[in-house]
Amino acid sequence: MADFFFNLPLIVQGLLKGLAVILVVFPMSSLCTMAERKVCAWIQGRPGPNRTIIPWAAYVPVLGGVLQRLGLFQLAADGLKFLVKEEPVPGHVNKPYFILAPIVAMIPALTTVTVVPFGAYLSGGKVHPLVLANVDVGLLAVFAVSSLGIYSLILAGWASNSKYAFLGGVRASAQLISYELSLTLAVLPVFLWINAPGSAGSLSLVRVVAYQSQPGFWGGAWFLFTMPLSALIFIIALFAETNRQPFDMPESEADLVGGFHTEYGAFKWALFFVAEYANMIVGSAVFTLLFLGGWNPLPWIPLETLAGWLHLLGHPFILGLVSIAIFLGKIVCLIFIFMWVRWTVPRFRYDQVMKIGWQKLLPLAIANLVVYALGIALLSK
Amino acid sequence: MAIITIPRKPLTLAERAYLPQIAAGLRITLRHFFQPSETLQYPEERPAIPPGYRGVPTLVRDPNGREKCVSCQLCEFVCPPKAIRITPGAIPEGSPNENVEKAPQAFDIDMLRCIYCGLCEEVCPEEAIFLQTQYSMSGGSREEMVNHKDRLYELGGTLPDRHYKWDKKKAAAETPPGH
Repeated sequence: MADFFFNLPLIVQGLLKGLAVILVVFPMSSLCTMAERKVCAWIQGRPGPNRTIIPWAAYVPVLGGVLQRLGLFQLAADGLKFLVKEEPVPGHVNKPYFILAPIVAMIPALTTVTVVPFGAYLSGGKVHPLVLANVDVGLLAVFAVSSLGIYSLILAGWASNSKYAFLGGVRASAQLISYELSLTLAVLPVFLWINAPGSAGSLSLVRVVAYQSQPGFWGGAWFLFTMPLSALIFIIALFAETNRQPFDMPESEADLVGGFHTEYGAFKWALFFVAEYANMIVGSAVFTLLFLGGWNPLPWIPLETLAGWLHLLGHPFILGLVSIAIFLGKIVCLIFIFMWVRWTVPRFRYDQVMKIGWQKLLPLAIANLVVYALGIALLSK
Repeated sequence: MAIITIPRKPLTLAERAYLPQIAAGLRITLRHFFQPSETLQYPEERPAIPPGYRGVPTLVRDPNGREKCVSCQLCEFVCPPKAIRITPGAIPEGSPNENVEKAPQAFDIDMLRCIYCGLCEEVCPEEAIFLQTQYSMSGGSREEMVNHKDRLYELGGTLPDRHYKWDKKKAAAETPPGH
């Protein structure tokens, strides 16, 4: 099967891979929306959506009821509703840009997935990462493309021709730009550490994981343990970058109705929603790769050791699936943390967001970078 | 009373750092995450109705099956939103309820007007009208929301009686006087 795939023309391969990405990221994002509603409900002492059911699914003995209580049919019903309901476009909007904005929101969300490795398999004693495009710029590509996501918010806010949407767009741009600095500075120590002076430098995410799967105490330690402050700054900035509570200034439905998507409805709004969750998934994936050891099951236990224990060294396909499962498990945990925080913490005021970003997080990130740069320079002497 | 000035303490470092506070909040929400939900699955599960609840006004019969209302129309007069309309009627000859003064020919309560104040129950000298546990009324039209006599008795059912007033009256009427 693998041979057949690699013998296809390159463009067909690319199309198939792209399709695979959409087929994985879209359902995952929509599953996240249901997970969000369920987590929110459970935290607030409610059962959450648990009624919708397709008539014939009710006859399936245990499974039907479980799926009903988990709200999976509600998810299908919501998706269907977004597809078939009327799509109102207000008369006062700038139509081309108004329609362009949700599409632009999807582009970075789906593009960044391609450079994120999501698993690995062993073949011939070497670890081969599972990634759609194993580019050397790795993380830089993620940052570069995901920062394009601001444009969708600005476009949406500007094209809506309404005060609320406009304020939301302005806030979005200010917030995203502010926190991108801390986000980028927080990961620099990681790459200073893995790129030995003098050798060819690389921002590849695969290499970060390879560094966290080395034998020995320092080799096997995840960067979460060696660089906790970096991880903390990164995840706080990630909350801001993905517009999650407590940083969801662009949306802030209490003071801005809906923020940048006030004028949107139906499928266009759903696209924004899915893009937000796709960004969260990619953000969690990057955090997992950088600080949580990627597809290594536990700190100090790399994938190779696990493969040895489970006698999977000769089965690259199964091992690949296992590694993907481990990776997805970590992402799910991180996404749960995203939701958990959202339903715990109230929203910051706009001035507080700016204050945290510029006066707290940025100096902290710079200090962190300086300390680690000095430490690494002393260590590698 | 003197004014007591409470000094506003400056925030501690942990409070200013905010993260310990968030951690405390997260602990609380996690505890709630694992607690069973408080929700009542409404149409299947019904809330327990406390005694003294004022639900839909209903007419009741006594344990002998006699309708207790004598159409004195006090409830109609007392009803603040004028939801009750009674047409009094005579009791026909030879009916088992013969000695009762009167009975309503028609008894309508407009549930679109009723404010569930319970004054009708309070004013009723015959203990014939009660606001019971029925709390959910629905209808597709204005006419459907008017409870007629038969519906009112259906909702009310039979309540225990302490007096059997009309049985006593009947017994008194049948006993020869001067006894």
